[in-house]
Amino acid sequence: MLTFIIRRFLQIIPVMIGVTLAVFLMMHLIPGDPAQIMAGERADEAQVEQMRENLGLNDPLHEQYLRYVGNAIQGDLGTSIRTNRPVVNEIFDSRIWITIELAFWGTVLAVIFGLIAGIISATRKYSFADVSLMIVALFGMSMPNFWLGIMLIYFFSVNLGWFPIVGWESWKHMVLPVITIGSGGAAIIARMTRSSMLEVLDNDYIRTAHAKGVSERLVVYKHALRNALIPVVTVVGLQFGTLLGGAVITETVFAVNGIGRLVVDAIKARDFPMVQGAILVCAVAFVLVNFLVDIAYRLINKRIDLN
Amino acid sequence: MSKQPLLEVKNLKQYFPIKGGVLGRTVNHVKAVDDISFEVYEGETVSIVGESGCGKSTTGRAILRLDEPTAGEVNFDGEDLLSLNKSKMREKRKDLQIIFQDPYASLNPRQTVGQIIEEVLKIQNIGTSSKDRREKIISLLETVGIGAHQVDRYPHEFSGGQRQRIGIARALSVNPKLIICDEAVSALDVSIQAQVLNLLKELQRKFQLTYLFISHDLGVVRHISDRIIVMYLGKVVEISDTQSLFENPQHPYTRALLSAIPSMNFEEEKRERIILTGDVPSPIDPPKGCRFHTRCPYKMERCAIEEPVLNSVSDGQRVACHLVEKGAVDYTKIPVNS
Ligand SMILES: Nc1ncnc2c1ncn2[C@@H]1O[C@H](COP(=O)(O)OP(=O)(O)OP(=O)(O)O)[C@@H](O)[C@H]1O
Ligand code: SF4
Ligand SMILES: [Mg+2]
Repeated sequence: MLTFIIRRFLQIIPVMIGVTLAVFLMMHLIPGDPAQIMAGERADEAQVEQMRENLGLNDPLHEQYLRYVGNAIQGDLGTSIRTNRPVVNEIFDSRIWITIELAFWGTVLAVIFGLIAGIISATRKYSFADVSLMIVALFGMSMPNFWLGIMLIYFFSVNLGWFPIVGWESWKHMVLPVITIGSGGAAIIARMTRSSMLEVLDNDYIRTAHAKGVSERLVVYKHALRNALIPVVTVVGLQFGTLLGGAVITETVFAVNGIGRLVVDAIKARDFPMVQGAILVCAVAFVLVNFLVDIAYRLINKRIDLN
Repeated sequence: MSKQPLLEVKNLKQYFPIKGGVLGRTVNHVKAVDDISFEVYEGETVSIVGESGCGKSTTGRAILRLDEPTAGEVNFDGEDLLSLNKSKMREKRKDLQIIFQDPYASLNPRQTVGQIIEEVLKIQNIGTSSKDRREKIISLLETVGIGAHQVDRYPHEFSGGQRQRIGIARALSVNPKLIICDEAVSALDVSIQAQVLNLLKELQRKFQLTYLFISHDLGVVRHISDRIIVMYLGKVVEISDTQSLFENPQHPYTRALLSAIPSMNFEEEKRERIILTGDVPSPIDPPKGCRFHTRCPYKMERCAIEEPVLNSVSDGQRVACHLVEKGAVDYTKIPVNS
């Protein structure tokens, strides 16, 4: 197990090199002169040159990259142009926690609803409940977040007045954004659980359990679900990445001050250090979550493999 | 053998709906088992044979209500199993057990051998304490040749033959009257097959078991069966004591199955070899009349129209074929079509 963790951890390194390289090169690939853009449109030649020098843009590219990575490892992601505060503080002082909260509850919602729907569907294959749930799941998967968000606001906030339209203060503020961000995952988990359950339910050990006289409920939860969950765990991990992407849209629609909105605002303001920093943090989060999911997956399977 | 059958299957039907379209409407049915009847007496070994897909496993599962049958009766020990409610049926499961073909798929990978057996003991209220049950589990495992030190291992740590022995121990643990063995040895190597078959025979003597043995292999079935049921496309075509079946098979399909066994050379001169051509028709839309008529070398005009019923041709041999309606037939005297 330890060798697995170490090996899996080493795999992170090339991924991180790729991520930092991509984020770093963003600076150089954007059209126009970054120094000009950062110094502002009204800056004169000398100010732009000063900015170029400050940013180290005159150094060879590989030196710039190494410096960027070195700083990032030490927690220095540069200074926000817009607010003049360190990017790290902008991200970690409050905004990323809001996004984590949103993503966490979105995942919880996706897992709970996905599992329940998947189990109902699989145990009542082709029933009215199954067919309707799977149609809803199909919609859930294909509905873009911004559209779902707007629809939810329209019905539940504007028409019914049940929930506030924007903001992030009480649980009431959280309901609609969490539904928006979690629905896609719920749909995917529901479909995955259904197919995984159906496969497991057709095994002879399920028939054996019935033949023993195990009650229907225990056959489903004790014998089938535990085995069916294994592939679902992977999907949950992958879902998290999609969730981060969804956060950008969802936070914009609901005016939630998370990291997604931070990115959007930073892009609008051409605050490049901010954009770079936020993207880097999200990428690292995604890589770490997948690392943890892989280990969890391995732990679940472990009982079968090595016990 | 007592006169009252232990198991009496009457007009059993198992149709599986075929769902189609997004809305999952039933568009047709697989007639996997279509109106079959037979009896099994106490202490007997009765085998069901037939090609893949003829409905053997479906019959076994329907008897145990692992699938709910479409119609019919399954009288066991004088009680119709199909009329029992769920909790009564769960209690009754103590008396009927099943062993499956695939030793890899029939044990839950997440339970140890001990847990697998303990679960059924608990459900069926066998044993007074967990210590008592533990002793029983160990003695059961020893009966089938698995050592006590292996009781806390998981299924994947055992070979196919050992797993099958674990399945047998599990089935035995509730002292059943009837055990259905669905291709219980088909997945095993030939040498292991013999070991497991001998074990089953030995256990039968020791615990007065009745077996319903399901197999596609007449060779395996020959040495262990008292009687044999031949199925074709969801129907019983011949029921016979083992000796008569092998010495004087009466249904053309039975003869074809026997012809397919290479090592069988008894009465060679009397027996036309029948080599089956064509595929087994679909059980969704089986042929009218005799279901075998699309492949039968003796097919007559009425065969495609009129369905033959099981007829006694001798003591202990019943056959569903228009040829043998009026008693046993000497096949050397009948010309083969085409
Ligand atoms: N749950 C099910 N749903 C739909 N069709 C089924 C189901 N179970 C079995 N069938 C169909 O019923 C027919 C009989 O299947 P069954 O498994 O009883 O055959 P078998 O004689 O045991 O064959 P084998 O030797 O391959 O095990 C097959 O056509 C099969 O596809
Ligand atoms: S009834 Fe006719 S088709 Fe069917 S087995 Fe007999 S001879 Fe062949
Ligand atoms: Mg079968």
